[in-house]
Amino acid sequence: MVITVITLLFPITVYPALTAAKPPEKGEVLPLINLPIPKSPEERNYLGLSGSGLFKIPQIKANAVIVEIFSMYCPFCQKDAPGVNELYRLIENNIDVKNKVKLIGVGAGNSPYEVEVFKKTYNVPFPLFPDKDFTIHKTCGEVRTPYYMVVKINENGTHQIVHTQLGEYPGAEPFLELVLKASGLK
Amino acid sequence: MNKKRVLCFILITGVLSLSVLTATAFGLSDAYKGNIYQMGTLKPIDSVLKVKVGKLAPDFTLPSVSGEKVSLNQFRGKRNVVLSFVPAAWTPVCSDQWPGYNIAKDIFNQYDAVLLGITVDNIPTLFAWTNQMGQLWFPVLSDFWPHGAVAKRYGLLRSNGVSERALFVIDKKGIIRYIDVHDINKRPPLEDLVGALEKLKK
Repeated sequence: MVITVITLLFPITVYPALTAAKPPEKGEVLPLINLPIPKSPEERNYLGLSGSGLFKIPQIKANAVIVEIFSMYCPFCQKDAPGVNELYRLIENNIDVKNKVKLIGVGAGNSPYEVEVFKKTYNVPFPLFPDKDFTIHKTCGEVRTPYYMVVKINENGTHQIVHTQLGEYPGAEPFLELVLKASGLK
Repeated sequence: MNKKRVLCFILITGVLSLSVLTATAFGLSDAYKGNIYQMGTLKPIDSVLKVKVGKLAPDFTLPSVSGEKVSLNQFRGKRNVVLSFVPAAWTPVCSDQWPGYNIAKDIFNQYDAVLLGITVDNIPTLFAWTNQMGQLWFPVLSDFWPHGAVAKRYGLLRSNGVSERALFVIDKKGIIRYIDVHDINKRPPLEDLVGALEKLKK
């Protein structure tokens, strides 16, 4: 009897934790997002991670992390892809910024195969993670794509979202400027 | 009696919660802004398939958005064909399906396959809708009039007049080699289609 009641109540109790009512906003902390530590040594090295298993975004070795929620199936994500690649190159070629700002993408509803198609089509140089069953997308309030979040990581391990925007990607240079200012790096 | 009522309430609430949980599981590009009509969760499949794997695909001729008419038979002996039926323009899932195929042209070429997108919408609607997807490399065909005739011939016309979300792989002999009448609420994973195309080589 008790087990039956618990089983029936389960969807009610877990629903709020699975699907957020709204997208993450500036000043908040990230929702619970677990990502697999990349198998590629280059990507692990880029993120400052080691070993295997799961990690959380604030564990990335950086002062700020730019998270793009994208989809292989999203025309605007496709259109923005070259410009976001340029942002990566701008960061990596700037010795003052290189190890402070990192960039990752999460493919909402995309299988690993679909993420690879996107990565290959646009030669995406930074780590992309599949979110095939929309788990992360739901925790992020089912945002439309592309959705950008800038996460400031503090020295004591805490973090906060310092910027979010839906689409409207302004180009690599203005966006980097925005990221540096929002995260207090400039 | 009271216990039964409480249990009944919990059961109904639980089921409703689950349906809400699954209802919104799609990603939507900002490219469409607020112009996508939310359909809610629909009956996954609402038609009875009339064609089979291993049988000849029924021929059809339909007008395309770009102006010319396209027949299935024109590819006979030349190219494999993928038919992608999607239910309706300006709806969730459909709007985020063909843009993905649009960046997968190399994959279709690799298997010597053409892609034909088909809906039961009329040409002006398809024109406006597909314009939001960027420049599509594959023909988009209108099965509008006689309404849904091709979808009906294939057994894909739902009771409300839209088609199922379905993928067909047809080989160069015109034989159907793969059918995926998919849950209308979900997008078929690309790798499933690619797996079907891979089998054409064997």
